[in-house]
Amino acid sequence: MKRALPLHLGLIVLLFALQFALPAYHHGNLARIMVMATFAMGYNIMFGYTGLLSLGHAMFFAAGMYGMGLAVTQLGTPVGPAFLIGIAAAFALSLIVGLLALRTIGVAFMIVTLMFSQTLFLTILYFGSITRGDEGFGIKQATRQIMGLDLSDPTIRYFAAWLLFSLTLMGTLWLVRSPLGRVLIAIRENEERARMLGYDTWRAKLSAVLMSGTVSGAAGAAYGVLFGYVGASFAQVPYSIFPLLWVLLGGAGTVIGPLIGALFMFYLIDLSSGVTDAYMLVVGVALVLLTLFAPKGMMGMVRERWLKWLP
Amino acid sequence: MEFGPHLMLAMLEGLVQASVLTLTALGLSLVFGVMRVVNVAHGEFYMLGAVLAWWVTTMLGGNPAIGFVVALVVAPLLVGLMAAAADWLVLRRVEYDPERTIVATIGLLYIIQQVTLMTYGPDAHPVTPPFNTRLALPWYEFTDAGFQIYWPWGLSITSYKLFVIAAAIVTCLGLWLLMARSKIGLILRATQLDSETAQAFGIPVERVFALVFGMGAALAALGAVLVVPIQQAHYLMGGDPLLLSFIVVIIGGLGSLRGTVVAAILIGMSDGIISVFFTPTLAKMLATLLVAMVLVYRPQGLFGAKPA
Amino acid sequence: MAAVTLLSTRDLCRHFGGLRAVRDVDFDLPQGEIRALIGPNGAGKTTFVSMLCGRIPASSGSITFQGQDVTHLPAHKRISLGMAYTFQITSIFGNLTVYENVALAVQHRLGRDHAALKRETLAALARVGLKARADQVAGDLAYGHQRLLEIAMGLGQEPKLLILDEPTQGLSDGEIEEFIALIREVSANTTVLLIEHNIPVVMALADTITVLNFGEIIAEGTPAEIRANTHVQEAYLGG
Repeated sequence: MKRALPLHLGLIVLLFALQFALPAYHHGNLARIMVMATFAMGYNIMFGYTGLLSLGHAMFFAAGMYGMGLAVTQLGTPVGPAFLIGIAAAFALSLIVGLLALRTIGVAFMIVTLMFSQTLFLTILYFGSITRGDEGFGIKQATRQIMGLDLSDPTIRYFAAWLLFSLTLMGTLWLVRSPLGRVLIAIRENEERARMLGYDTWRAKLSAVLMSGTVSGAAGAAYGVLFGYVGASFAQVPYSIFPLLWVLLGGAGTVIGPLIGALFMFYLIDLSSGVTDAYMLVVGVALVLLTLFAPKGMMGMVRERWLKWLP
Repeated sequence: MEFGPHLMLAMLEGLVQASVLTLTALGLSLVFGVMRVVNVAHGEFYMLGAVLAWWVTTMLGGNPAIGFVVALVVAPLLVGLMAAAADWLVLRRVEYDPERTIVATIGLLYIIQQVTLMTYGPDAHPVTPPFNTRLALPWYEFTDAGFQIYWPWGLSITSYKLFVIAAAIVTCLGLWLLMARSKIGLILRATQLDSETAQAFGIPVERVFALVFGMGAALAALGAVLVVPIQQAHYLMGGDPLLLSFIVVIIGGLGSLRGTVVAAILIGMSDGIISVFFTPTLAKMLATLLVAMVLVYRPQGLFGAKPA
Repeated sequence: MAAVTLLSTRDLCRHFGGLRAVRDVDFDLPQGEIRALIGPNGAGKTTFVSMLCGRIPASSGSITFQGQDVTHLPAHKRISLGMAYTFQITSIFGNLTVYENVALAVQHRLGRDHAALKRETLAALARVGLKARADQVAGDLAYGHQRLLEIAMGLGQEPKLLILDEPTQGLSDGEIEEFIALIREVSANTTVLLIEHNIPVVMALADTITVLNFGEIIAEGTPAEIRANTHVQEAYLGG
């Protein structure tokens, strides 16, 4: 903790300071990246620390996003409480999915999560009269106010994204150093052994799914609030693949890996979009190269070579 | 149209879909059965088969039948070779670790799909069927005059669709003969039972895996060549077959070829019938949820034996 | 002095398909004893202790631990009641350090008390002689040291009953000597149930020996009695 705490606090301070230095374009990007990194940090709790590979995390992101968005448009809830409703929706979905999917392991777990996520996507399409289907809906700027602050204002948006990111980062840091976090890592390494040390591994895995899904949902709700759009594309397969990719790239089972991965991938796609429309090609190549040559990701390699203490 | 003839038509359409699905799902099932890995890029090999069929027939021009016959051989062969190469270059190197294989094949999915987008383009292209005679089908009714056969308007099938069904049956029989009677089949079954022991007995497991991965992709491509005169070739067409093949392989019991065929016919038929009578979104939604539940509560599939 | 019974089974059975791996075993283990469980390969020893600690469910019969029926308790609850099990095939957290491995065993008992966690983890490591290797990655240890790490994890749990499945397999003669001394010391406040093939180890340690053959108990007694038992000699020792 002696070295880890200053490092992570330093990162948070750096991200806060960057808003004064960055030009508008990158300022906006970074706000978006911080929300997506929060999504990836949620994913990392399950995949990186507990060893549960989900292929359906888009459903949690979408549950948060639609829970928030529908509360605003259908019930007229102000965005603050609507944000909490989004989180609650993601929590409820995590509980259901966790209770069912954790009956399976390995490849079956991956496919079950994929299928549940696909079911949610199709449900969103089916109730098109409320969700407006593929097209999605906007959250009007006038409603995106919280305590008199306009969340569509770039400065406030950046600050809100930074706050969400920082809370999640410190929360993850705390989690992985806590007894529960160590049990999750033990499950990732050798579940049978963890069970035979007296740990209720099923309950620990369920709590990992709950935390992971809820944080991912918070990111989805925040994305909807901050960028004013709720759409079915966020419930589709690519949004289940992205967090996996970011976490793999940045380093699964490292606290700052998700941010590094999201940042790197965002700018890689951003740069390649000048060359080709087929930007998903970059994603595909990155996935193959990572599995072949760097399964531990960037921060994983840093930890292996230099910073053994990196959490 | 009345309900009876309408149902008959839906069943025939379902049978055509089931035929194509059987081939595609058999490919996925073969790969899972022998190699114990899930190929998420399977749908893209299907798509490649369709696009290559279009490419071959367009290049050759002339009589559509000649182009089609050439495509029927060339497209699966090329796709099979590409898949075998992908296996050799990627999957072999991650040592067929189940989770890393899935991530790598997701990568392959996007690479194949996006390269197709960049070369073939975003538009859908049709392939002319080699023959396409419309065959009207009879229905019956009971009138005052007694039992009568008549020809309801719209109740028909094309000769090409019948050919698709026949081709699928022939391929299944061929595959069955290959697995049950040939030396390659024996090697495949030995590898499926226990790849380590097979290796110890001198079976070149790595090459067998490349062959199986190629064969699996070739089966998907063959299905796509058959379907492309009915449905156009498009770079995003791999998604639905992938999902349906997943469903079939899970329902049929992971890795069981016989279960796969039964489930493919069942799912293909019901998908065909349901989509005639219900909205496709609701049908897909319920089917997906149902399959997830099957995997949760009966991971050995509906037809698989309960493990001891 | 009538010893308190720590663990007992009645009519305990386990079938695998048609195979009856363990049949109708009545077994009593008094508190404070070192008990050895011996028998030829495939006699059902590992199956039997796996049922005791809940890794596999019993087909029928009952298991009582400290007067409580634990037959249907999940493994982690039995461990929490005071059982510890070390695996026959080394099962450690290969990517974690030696310290972290034992800390996980200790943590379950102590929870959030950091200072106590560190103290007891290092104490358990010291008892098996691995303290100097605390920061090594467990998977990099030599096989014998991995066996000792398993035992350290068992000790870290401070169990009432320590079940050891072939603990000396793969240890050097010197390590076996140390192991014998260690178990003698541990048995002062822990009951030990030991599956062991190494007969000199059994004879040196065990208060009582139970002999299992084809899933049934064929003899039970002191080392001297077992040595003299002709049944056992036929089934096993004389082999």
